[in-house]
Amino acid sequence: MPTLTLVQAVNDALKTAMRRDKSVLVFGEDVGPKGGVFLATEGLTTEFGKERCFDTPLSEDGIVGAAIGMAINGLRPVAEIQFQDFIFPAFDQIVSEAAKLRYRSGGQYTAPMVIRTPYGGGIRGGLYHSQSGEAYFCHTPGLKVVVPSTPHDAKGLLLASIEDPDPVLFLEPKALYRSIKEEVPEGHYTVDLGTLRGVREGKDCVVFCYGAMVPVAVKAAEQAAELGHEVRVVDLRTLLPLDEEGVLEHAKQVGRVVVLHEAPRFCGFGAEISAMIAENAIEYMDAPVVRVTGFDTPFPNTLEHHYLPDARRVLDAIERVMAY
Amino acid sequence: MKTESPLSVIQANGKANGYDPGLSKEELLHCYRTMLLVRAFDDTALKLQRSGRIGFSIPNKGIEATQVGAASALKKTDWLFPSYRDFGMALYHGVRAADMMNNMFGNAADSARGRQMPVHFSFTDPIHFFSISSPIGTHLPQAVGAAHAFKLRGESHVALVSFGDGGTSSLGFHSGMNFAAVWKSPVVFLCQNNGYAISCPIEEQTASDGFAIKAQAYGMPGVVVDGNDLLAVRKATMEAVERARKGGGPTLIEAKTFRMGGHSTSDDPSRYVPKELVAEWEKKDPVQRFEKFLQAKGIWTEKVRAELEASCKEEITAAVREAEATGQPPLETIFSDVYAELPPHLRRQGTEAFELARRKGDAAAGDGAFPL
Repeated sequence: MPTLTLVQAVNDALKTAMRRDKSVLVFGEDVGPKGGVFLATEGLTTEFGKERCFDTPLSEDGIVGAAIGMAINGLRPVAEIQFQDFIFPAFDQIVSEAAKLRYRSGGQYTAPMVIRTPYGGGIRGGLYHSQSGEAYFCHTPGLKVVVPSTPHDAKGLLLASIEDPDPVLFLEPKALYRSIKEEVPEGHYTVDLGTLRGVREGKDCVVFCYGAMVPVAVKAAEQAAELGHEVRVVDLRTLLPLDEEGVLEHAKQVGRVVVLHEAPRFCGFGAEISAMIAENAIEYMDAPVVRVTGFDTPFPNTLEHHYLPDARRVLDAIERVMAY
Repeated sequence: MKTESPLSVIQANGKANGYDPGLSKEELLHCYRTMLLVRAFDDTALKLQRSGRIGFSIPNKGIEATQVGAASALKKTDWLFPSYRDFGMALYHGVRAADMMNNMFGNAADSARGRQMPVHFSFTDPIHFFSISSPIGTHLPQAVGAAHAFKLRGESHVALVSFGDGGTSSLGFHSGMNFAAVWKSPVVFLCQNNGYAISCPIEEQTASDGFAIKAQAYGMPGVVVDGNDLLAVRKATMEAVERARKGGGPTLIEAKTFRMGGHSTSDDPSRYVPKELVAEWEKKDPVQRFEKFLQAKGIWTEKVRAELEASCKEEITAAVREAEATGQPPLETIFSDVYAELPPHLRRQGTEAFELARRKGDAAAGDGAFPL
């Protein structure tokens, strides 16, 4: 079994999908001969030709709009938005069009397509190469939002997303593109959308997280173990539709919850987890839910290590939850 | 540079200026009847809205020749990406007036299942008449994507995308035109310049000399046609369609016409359209223009008009009767078609809605069990 980085696993998933299904196309800005700014599409044009992996004009609205047109007409487009920060010109196409198409046409027209895009901080990208915009999209019925945190999941979730009958926004944690390696099965396999993953066992407290925050949570949990706290870590990996039952089950079993994401706090994904627990599991809770998030500010450049939640902040939250 | 004068075919005397539209007598009368059918639909929809039986409509009066002339250039295997003011395109290709009326009433038989406002039609048969959305210009790059799929599969079908003068200011106009030209996609861009974007005249929309000229910057042909001349619109669209089929890429057609009614039934155009302008365009009525041509060919009389008008009225009346007799969509249609499969959170919300409806005695919820 080959050992791959997360970005190599994405590349492997794209090649696997394109070998299996001729209707799968990959396009976006600089994804052709250059192979993408992070090399996620490296080698695709060489192997599959420029009709199946190609560069587009610099227009996110055009990329997603054209992808919808291809999807309604029998193709399986996988569009890349170079950075999630640049996706907003396509917001209308994603939110008003792709996500609503099945509903508004009574199923006559559907948009099975994937929009892949690197998100999140940790590369000194400042305001416009660092954001985590998942909350905007999770507020959109009809869309699926997927965030892998390991090479194995990146491949399996991306293949499942490409085969899914509905539009999927696939957020790739760019901070993890090359920082972790693991064995990834060759060939085709999928990881079901809408399922979470238990990362680490623990009976005292649970940290819900996703994407680039998963290794941060694990590190904090290891430090907490030295203090005598057994901390469970759960990777949500599909944010929409969320495995709500799984979340509630973990919350009820443990009774102390920390929610972790790098996006701003206000109306962030953590608010949904907190509300869900308050509505459905309050009687199981031994402490209030604590959120560890980015600040409600734009994303800074030089001081990004203070903005991004790290193990220190997560451990502090764990200690507060445990002390309650 | 100045835009050339619009292409026109039908002359004041009804002669076609040497142009042979290649349509049989039956086909010509079908074009004519479709325009009358659009008018009958419009008249009825206005009455239905004013009497509170439907909530909204979009008047088509004045634009019928553009709609029908363009639609007549397409085969059933081509795809239409319409605007909300394209009733004639659907009717020309044989969409049943009753199926359009089902949408106006938002009933259980509506292809959009009552989820959209009136006039937001969606059909796949007898032609792909793509689901209409309200945001302006979003369907231009979508048409390009669909056309690109035809091209990649080696099919010779084309996509025709229709939009108004206001649509040329949208993000989608730029991305759609640019992508289509770069990719040489088999797309026909039909800009229906009908004078106003709701209340804003074209001078407030663009400083260009018209809209067709914009094609030049994108690297595709742009032509201006008299949009009230059905045969001129047909001729220009046929040429654009043929070029697209042969791999020659996209074309922008600007059809100069005039919206003789409000933007919608909620709009009062007398607040912003000068009376003189309306009077001027009244003389250029597209239906009368085509009648002159049919008369010169010896296939039109007042009697023909009266008979066709009567049959159109009958068809629309029957459509209303059918649509009004059809009940509302069932409650579960709020939750279905969001995704291919109902996810657990929607099942839970649907179950809650059904249980509440049962407790409150709402008949629409049946026995109170969420059926999905």
